[in-house]
Amino acid sequence: MTSVVEAPVELRPRTETLLELKGLAVEYGRVRAVDGVDLEIRAGEIVGLAGESGCGKSTVANAVMQILRPPARIAGGSILFQGEELTGKAAEELRRYRWRNVSMVFQSAMNALNPVMRVGDQFVDMMRAHERVSKRKAIADAGELLELVGIDARRVRAYPHELSGGMRQRVIIAMALALRPELVILDEPTTALDVVVQREILQQIQELQRKLEFAVLFITHDLSLLLEVAHRIEIMYAGEIVETAPAEKFATAARHPYSRGLLQSFPPLTGPKARLTGIPGAPPDLRDPPSGCRFHPRCPQCDPGNAALYLRQTTERPRLLEIAPGHHVACHLVEEEAR
Amino acid sequence: MSAVAPLEVRNLEKRFPIGGALHHAHVHAVDDVSFVLQPGRITALVGESGSGKTTVARLLARLYDPTAGTVLFEGEDASGLRRRHEILNYRSQVQMIFQDPFGSLNPVKTVRHHLERPLRIHRIVPSGEIRRRVHELLEIVGLVPPEEVAAKYPHELSGGQRQRVAIARVLAVEPKVILADEPTSMLDVSIRIGILNLMLKLKEEHDIAFLYVTHDLASARYIADDLLVMYAGQVVESGPAERVLAEPLHPYTRLLIDAAPDPAALAGKRIEPRKGLAAAAVDPPDACRFLARCPLAVAACSASTPALVEARPGQAARCHVTAPAPSIT
Repeated sequence: MTSVVEAPVELRPRTETLLELKGLAVEYGRVRAVDGVDLEIRAGEIVGLAGESGCGKSTVANAVMQILRPPARIAGGSILFQGEELTGKAAEELRRYRWRNVSMVFQSAMNALNPVMRVGDQFVDMMRAHERVSKRKAIADAGELLELVGIDARRVRAYPHELSGGMRQRVIIAMALALRPELVILDEPTTALDVVVQREILQQIQELQRKLEFAVLFITHDLSLLLEVAHRIEIMYAGEIVETAPAEKFATAARHPYSRGLLQSFPPLTGPKARLTGIPGAPPDLRDPPSGCRFHPRCPQCDPGNAALYLRQTTERPRLLEIAPGHHVACHLVEEEAR
Repeated sequence: MSAVAPLEVRNLEKRFPIGGALHHAHVHAVDDVSFVLQPGRITALVGESGSGKTTVARLLARLYDPTAGTVLFEGEDASGLRRRHEILNYRSQVQMIFQDPFGSLNPVKTVRHHLERPLRIHRIVPSGEIRRRVHELLEIVGLVPPEEVAAKYPHELSGGQRQRVAIARVLAVEPKVILADEPTSMLDVSIRIGILNLMLKLKEEHDIAFLYVTHDLASARYIADDLLVMYAGQVVESGPAERVLAEPLHPYTRLLIDAAPDPAALAGKRIEPRKGLAAAAVDPPDACRFLARCPLAVAACSASTPALVEARPGQAARCHVTAPAPSIT
């Protein structure tokens, strides 16, 4: 009876799964940088992946883009794009998949532009590498794409040094959108930029996303940014996803001690001032990750006084548990409380 | 009369020549900057890259010579110091913490070495007490147990720990002033707050005057008592941090606040797409440098550079519209 009332309210336009990672593991030599990551991105959804440097978030992105280079290798799990397995695909097939299905903007991508080539020609090169298109058509498209990101179409004739850092980053974003991919990966797209430029670019990305309805995997260490931009937030720590929740829920009801610590690491710009604590200690060395829950050496909730729980925390890896619709947490304490 | 401030700058100016020998253009990196640092207070200097905030810190650290203006150290003019021992003395009193804790420590020397050196060079304590003092310093910055940490090499420490060693080294010489240039921007987010809290502790317990250079308004609000906002080489607004952020006078301060990410104001923050590009401070004309980007601009703004006018008690801005000079009325 109640099931009718509780029918899930779907806020997003489409629901089909675009990308699905199942138990993804990536190793650099003997170091397991990504260890058993499950992640789902639906069409038209903005998923934020946050974590500190070295937590494996960029490695996840590189795996999805299939641009891992030795010594990095996929050690287990699968990457499904529109239901199709990507691991083990032939290089030629992957080449077509990149940019057309999934494109990526890197942190200092603005420095990736060829300094001795006009911006327009770089669009032409990229487009013609992936599609049969005439040079004229490609240049015309490039102009339109530049307009889309707020740059005058005539700037196709500009050289990169004639553009500011923010404009070059926009050029890169325009390029990433050129072949109308279903998924755009943004890896710290605004970290190297000033706050004002960062805000301008974020607004632009949000507008474009609404207009073109591509999905976004937004990777950053800046949780405060993500809370504003993402529909859903995934928190990564030491190679694992430790919590995932809808963004609005995450801001108020995050449960994992690491997530809470992260939220406690950003002083607010408005409202009451209080001393924040951050998180004691430092992220672990993945050559020798802590046993049990990887966060336990830094966890304020890990107390040897509670012997039974302490034993689990230090020896047993917590699994992601759904504690509310769409809200998963991997924490022994939360699990005990849920019982 | 209050006691003499440890550090005061008046009309500080720094120009860098650019272009070839035939083009006599200058970047006005720092232009007419004046402020006072008080013991036990943190003054935040905020602005975007290229605004001149790091140049100010470097001028105060005597890494550059100013083109004009004076730096007063405990009331005495320090801008003309030329003798080596004078400069050394000044530098020991006015210390700098850098952005990169990976580049500022010698990789082949232990933590102990880094802390003993300044103690010996500046003869802070008798040699018999050096060991004890090193441990004390490590405890102050939260690196415990000190004997263990002192024996480590930089590569054995995390970024946050390295920055703490850098801070301990700065404290070794018992400075009156610390200039911290983006001390947390290269650290992991979860340990940034720890460094900010340490700075708060030092200003409270050791009565140090801090200049905190940053582009992060939220962290400035978190630790600073006073705020200086720089744009294109000039201080465009100054005042008590909380006041300035709650009720900014200058439209650029407003823009910075609106652009900064704020978890407390979930979604819904928006800024207007910019009208003009950032003013390069290359031989600037006599006009407001924010003119091209300003939503409030009036005719007067292109006619003259606004002066820093105290429009509210303790709060001043360079703006013809929100902080007009009294004589114009």
